[in-house]
Amino acid sequence: MKPTDITDPNYFHKVVDCQWACPAHTPVPEYIRLISQERYTEAYMVNWDSNVFPGILGRTCDRPCEPACRRVRTEEKPVAICRLKRVAADHKGDIRDYLPRIPEQKNGKRIACVGAGPASLAVARDLLPMGYEVHMFERDPKGGGMMRSQIPAFRLPMDVLEEEVNLILELGVVCHFGQEITSMQALLDQGFDAVFVGTGAPRGRDLDLPGRAEADPFIHLGIDWLASVAFGHTDRIEGKVVVLGGGNTAMDCCRTSRRLGAESVQVVVRSAFEVMKASEWEKEEAIAEGIPILNNRPPKSFVVEDGKLKGMWFECVEPVRQDDGRLKYVPSGEADVFIECDHVLIAIGQDNHCPWIERDLGIEFDRWDCPVLDAETLQSGNPKVFFGGDSAFGPENIIWASAHAHKAAISIDLFCQGKDVKADRPPEGVNLISQKMGMHEWSYDSEHDPAPRYHVPHADLSRSLSNIKIEVELGFDRHLGAKEAQRCLNCDVQTVFTEKLCIECDACVDICPMDCITFTANREEEELRQHLMAPADNPAQDLYVSGDLPDTDRVMVKDEDVCLHCGLCAERCPTGAWDMQKSIINIPQVHA
Amino acid sequence: MTFVAKPKTHHPKLPRNELGLTRRDYEGAVSTLCAGCGHDSVSAAIIQACHELSIPAHRVAKLSGIGCSSKTPTYFLGKSHGFNSVHGRMPSVATGANMANRELYYIGISGDGDSASIGLGQFAHIVRRRINMTYVVDNNGTYGLTKGQFSATNDKGSTSKKGVPNLYEPIDLAMMAIQIGATFVARSFSGDKEQLVPLLKAALKHEGFAFLDVISPCVAFNNHNGSTKSYEYVRGHSSALALADLIPTRDAIEVDYAPGAAEDVAMPDGSTLRLRKLRDDYDPRNRVTAMDTLMRMNEKGEIVTGLLFLDDDPSDCHEILGTVDEPLASLGEAELCPGSERLETINAAFR
Ligand SMILES: Cc1cc2nc3c(=O)[nH]c(=O)nc-3n(C[C@H](O)[C@H](O)[C@H](O)COP(=O)(O)OP(=O)(O)OC[C@H]3O[C@@H](n4cnc5c(N)ncnc54)[C@H](O)[C@@H]3O)c2cc1C
Ligand SMILES: Cc1ncc(C[n+]2csc(CCOP(=O)(O)OP(=O)(O)O)c2C)c(N)n1
Ligand code: SF4
Ligand code: SF4
Ligand code: SF4
Ligand SMILES: [Mg+2]
Repeated sequence: MKPTDITDPNYFHKVVDCQWACPAHTPVPEYIRLISQERYTEAYMVNWDSNVFPGILGRTCDRPCEPACRRVRTEEKPVAICRLKRVAADHKGDIRDYLPRIPEQKNGKRIACVGAGPASLAVARDLLPMGYEVHMFERDPKGGGMMRSQIPAFRLPMDVLEEEVNLILELGVVCHFGQEITSMQALLDQGFDAVFVGTGAPRGRDLDLPGRAEADPFIHLGIDWLASVAFGHTDRIEGKVVVLGGGNTAMDCCRTSRRLGAESVQVVVRSAFEVMKASEWEKEEAIAEGIPILNNRPPKSFVVEDGKLKGMWFECVEPVRQDDGRLKYVPSGEADVFIECDHVLIAIGQDNHCPWIERDLGIEFDRWDCPVLDAETLQSGNPKVFFGGDSAFGPENIIWASAHAHKAAISIDLFCQGKDVKADRPPEGVNLISQKMGMHEWSYDSEHDPAPRYHVPHADLSRSLSNIKIEVELGFDRHLGAKEAQRCLNCDVQTVFTEKLCIECDACVDICPMDCITFTANREEEELRQHLMAPADNPAQDLYVSGDLPDTDRVMVKDEDVCLHCGLCAERCPTGAWDMQKSIINIPQVHA
Repeated sequence: MTFVAKPKTHHPKLPRNELGLTRRDYEGAVSTLCAGCGHDSVSAAIIQACHELSIPAHRVAKLSGIGCSSKTPTYFLGKSHGFNSVHGRMPSVATGANMANRELYYIGISGDGDSASIGLGQFAHIVRRRINMTYVVDNNGTYGLTKGQFSATNDKGSTSKKGVPNLYEPIDLAMMAIQIGATFVARSFSGDKEQLVPLLKAALKHEGFAFLDVISPCVAFNNHNGSTKSYEYVRGHSSALALADLIPTRDAIEVDYAPGAAEDVAMPDGSTLRLRKLRDDYDPRNRVTAMDTLMRMNEKGEIVTGLLFLDDDPSDCHEILGTVDEPLASLGEAELCPGSERLETINAAFR
């Protein structure tokens, strides 16, 4: 293998599994260390810089970082990265001094953001400090998008939402709320220098089954119903409720119904439990609240008698695993089942829908009604128009909305300066800073806590079921937060090797608790992976290969897979050939 | 010296031996030796050898004298018996222990100062007595613990850190051991575990006195230019004559060695010792030619490693003395003190 190029920003970035997996590349271990030091405000700002909504995300993020966490491979359960984000938000002090300064003198460019969801808000946050004048158009009377209209208050309290939404609006957004945009052409005619579309994926999918039309008064599209609850138009649901669908919307619908007086609630899913789209923790919470989930039951028809919904028929199927690993559903032979109900909430997905964008403006749409975009720049066929969030590639989540926003803001800034939105993008970078303080002293706490993941306290069940506004998860207090933080392995403190200093004494090989390091003859990667202290069977994790060593014709090979970043290799190295260096990955943003 | 305890967490795919243990289960306390000390690699090699042989830790006794090397038993096999004795006196303690309980594995760890200076007399006599043990000298050519005086194995002309040459002839403990009766003699290098671990395994399974002279650089006092026991010098000047592999069964597994190069020796416990000769003119089972070759290569300043000598039908002290099979330690008072009448008959026989 060729020697590893550690100046490539992606090399060490990939080692920080959580940061690599986070769409916005939040420097996770950095903020976790700040929490250990009780520096909550700084921990919050590290988050705010990259993901914009730490308090909201600390409760609701989809957490792609957690399954990626190295602890899954070295021990078992990931660090509770998301809940630690909330610890930072819950315990932070006054952040005003840390906020970017908004120039009095504007740069003369006017930007329109359509929609006031997380995508538009994050674009505004990135552009305002550069002197842009940002106009935000929103159909609803208040900002927040689906974070306000969809995510129920028992998961995301209103004050947390408002605090972070208002923080951005107060940076100087010109708000046009309660105003629906009905024509892109008209908007462009107002002379904006660029338009950002952050209108989300607003259309809930319906189910065209026999009886659907007659049953209409008793059937609600999940996202519309949740929005009417959020805005206070609906505060009760009577009788027996059936929720159709297996995603997070279905989980929010059933848990909301449970709190709004339903006599009984059950979720019916066409597919198997393991393949339900809802996050693990959402399913667990629903089950813990006593909501049955019925799987492998595709819906067949609605039954209406005397103008009232009686119930629904479902087929019975069973999943069969096919050669390609996918599940195919075949009739199980059981008789169809009838489930009595008074209301049905349909939560089987959302679609993109932009009827207000004229089709002759250069913006093309694919067959899912998603705009055709450049994935890196988020620019559409009309160079002035950029997309982000759910409106770009279909429904995702808040953290993806922030990630898109940073990219789109860079593009908008380049575009407005007359630069090339692709060629002139600022590059990613990496800085490496030695953590050595003395003989055996590091500026990070190199010892990790092997304890299992700590449980987060919950509100009393009967109390939380009685009121939709009572937050279910209570969050870690400072003490539990500090303990959970200690489980983090500091994957951003990298083992950096200098071959010309190595005397091949083997001290690092002998001390390494995880058998990461081997000195051996160089080979091709596949072969090399089998000639190490422990087989390197995880091809997703890189091998760090040195150049030729001075004294023998061998090379140093380190398997990054399960390194604990404990620093023992560097402590035992007599020559300083190993050093522990913090990698700071520079993810470009407009202001950076 | 490291202050952080080595985490218990280990590689998820670490192999388990017949006892269901991983290599990590054979570790001891974290070393307090200088970072980079060769002795730590020897400890790591012992850990690996014992793990691979599935030796139960409580069947091992570790014995040592005084020195950095003699401190190392604390850093491996944390669940074994141990006796850290007096400078140069490990052989006496080992002899006594082995006499009392012939069933344990004995691992003696000594230094070149411990065995070739103050303990040379003790060393010579434990070799002669052929105590059934594995005797390892961590040979760094210096008194590490007392800060770098030349030891008796330091080569003539090899210099101190300040450039002063050593004036005296070196003692070659391996050669001495061959001469006075050791039945297994090897030399190796702490920086070459591929060679050292199989040699240690063969030594542990050898039923007689097995001696390993392991060159083990002292990073603090003897790893400079001018030293003949530095990592760099040893790497550049050593070559192996013969190697040993231990194969757990008696079925000779054919491997691709040059014809005549590999020979299998059956071991009493059913395993096979595979001898690999790397030079046609070297027969490690011939004491006379082995010593001859060693002498000649020593003259040329070449460091000879690998298996130097093997008596494949060894005897040990218990055999020489004709002691009972049962360990003396487990005999009762009646067997050990047959009474004054019996003593009378014995005494009478000498009159
Ligand atoms: C029930 C439910 C629960 C969810 N839970 C989570 C969760 O826990 N965690 C998570 O990360 N994500 C969750 N999501 C997804 C998340 O809410 C969205 O991915 C995210 O809000 C998308 O952000 P956005 O800015 O792209 O669009 P949105 O948040 O959808 O905001 C778009 C805004 O644009 C406005 N708008 C649309 N068209 C116009 C127009 N023509 N003129 C003016 N305004 C317009 C809309 O009113 C809306 O306010 C959930 C989604 C649903 C449906
Ligand atoms: C009876 C006695 N004399 C002298 C000493 C001082 N002393 C301690 S260790 C040592 C030499 C150790 O050298 P070596 O055995 O080579 O061990 P190393 O530290 O090099 O591994 C000496 C002379 C002592 N402890 N006891
Ligand atoms: S251990 Fe910490 S730094 Fe490593 S992946 Fe998990 S959260 Fe990220
Ligand atoms: S930091 Fe060094 S010693 Fe610790 S696990 Fe990683 S490679 Fe091994
Ligand atoms: S401890 Fe340092 S000098 Fe020794 S082998 Fe490892 S990197 Fe090389
Ligand atoms: Mg010594």
